[in-house]
Amino acid sequence: MIFRMMTAAAAMLALTAPMLAAGGADDDTLIINEDLEITTKAAAAPHLDGHLDEVISGWHFRDDDTQAMEMDDFDNPGMIFVDQGIDQWNAVEGSEEKSCASCHGDPEEMAGVKAVYPKWNEEAGEVRTLQMQMNDCRENRMGAEPWKYDAGAAINMEALLASVSRGMPVNVAIDGPAAEAWEMGKEMYYTRYGLLELSCASCHEQNYGNYIRADHLSQGQINGFPTYRLKNAKLNGAHGRFKGCIRDTRAETFSPGSPEFVALELYVASRGNGLDVEGPSVRN
Amino acid sequence: MKLTALTLAGVFVAGAALANGVAPDEVTYGEYGAVEASLSGAEGNADKGREIFSTKSMGNCVSCHAVSALPDVPFQGEVGPMLDGVGGYRSAEELRGIVANAKMTFEGTVMPAFYKTSGFIRPGNGYTGKAAEGPIDPILSAQDVEDVVAFLMTLQD
Repeated sequence: MIFRMMTAAAAMLALTAPMLAAGGADDDTLIINEDLEITTKAAAAPHLDGHLDEVISGWHFRDDDTQAMEMDDFDNPGMIFVDQGIDQWNAVEGSEEKSCASCHGDPEEMAGVKAVYPKWNEEAGEVRTLQMQMNDCRENRMGAEPWKYDAGAAINMEALLASVSRGMPVNVAIDGPAAEAWEMGKEMYYTRYGLLELSCASCHEQNYGNYIRADHLSQGQINGFPTYRLKNAKLNGAHGRFKGCIRDTRAETFSPGSPEFVALELYVASRGNGLDVEGPSVRN
Repeated sequence: MKLTALTLAGVFVAGAALANGVAPDEVTYGEYGAVEASLSGAEGNADKGREIFSTKSMGNCVSCHAVSALPDVPFQGEVGPMLDGVGGYRSAEELRGIVANAKMTFEGTVMPAFYKTSGFIRPGNGYTGKAAEGPIDPILSAQDVEDVVAFLMTLQD
């Protein structure tokens, strides 16, 4: 929360106190580096009719201190990994002796790319995440080894590509050839896994805004991924978070990069269509 | 005749207690989800139930349900209804059914079934993320459920 706004917020407190007690999303505004305003609430996409009216970034469910870390790139620990991503971007690797920059120029040239992934790849005949596409480049254009899914180097690069798309609305395609994977992801979202029989929707659709022990449940949006978590002090990919969530239902979980998680990423990303890309975000 | 029936019932209850009560798959739920008899065959211990209710590694009920009678337990959740006075407006039989498998009382509820061992999708081995190996243990034992029910019955307005 910006300090200038605190007086107004205090004046509103009597009105909003019951809502705050119920633990809902707050009404703060996310402006990064005092310059870039991020759309963190938006009307839900038509495919969410009957499920959600409004989509809300996880930023609104965090406390003011955590929110503030994302409002300045010098305070955002995720940006350290973006810097590492820039070094990787410029590093010549592989048998073709190329770097990312050799073909793509500056990272800023990639603005808007993160916003439309996962995306159908016509040539390959599959839905690809950004990490899959990065590895396709590495193996087939650079002659370099692929990066391990959701591990350090791949997450750094994804964070770099997210950072140059900040402030651009998520807009993943769910129709046409992507529809099959999207339907698979949707089915997973509503499947109640594990001994606790919990689906993604049990917590993130039916109970967002509520506390589950000390955790304030968000809508589980991934527009802020990769996300720096204070809990483990590193950047986390969406698949790693999916893996942890399903594990915590006492289920046999899935692996990062698996077809199941690619489908789930497409579906969950589509639930955030209209929110701005905000990675690397800062969360609990 | 009545006397005979009572005697037989007495023998049956004793037998169930000796066999460690009713197995999860054998529990009989009433039309509205209640379970009449003790799952373990023994009475519940409210003090033990309070511990199970409040402890993360045990029932962890407080993750979702707040109870004013537990002021020393931090971070009480709000996913499920708060349970002040629940022992006054619910019977032990209803509470036993809800703790054992709340879906028999509230269709589609988010609440996990704490005394159930089959019918899961991708059951895991604890919180390892790996597949379950061998028979699945219920989240709470029959006696744990009875203890939690005994604790809930102490929550009177």
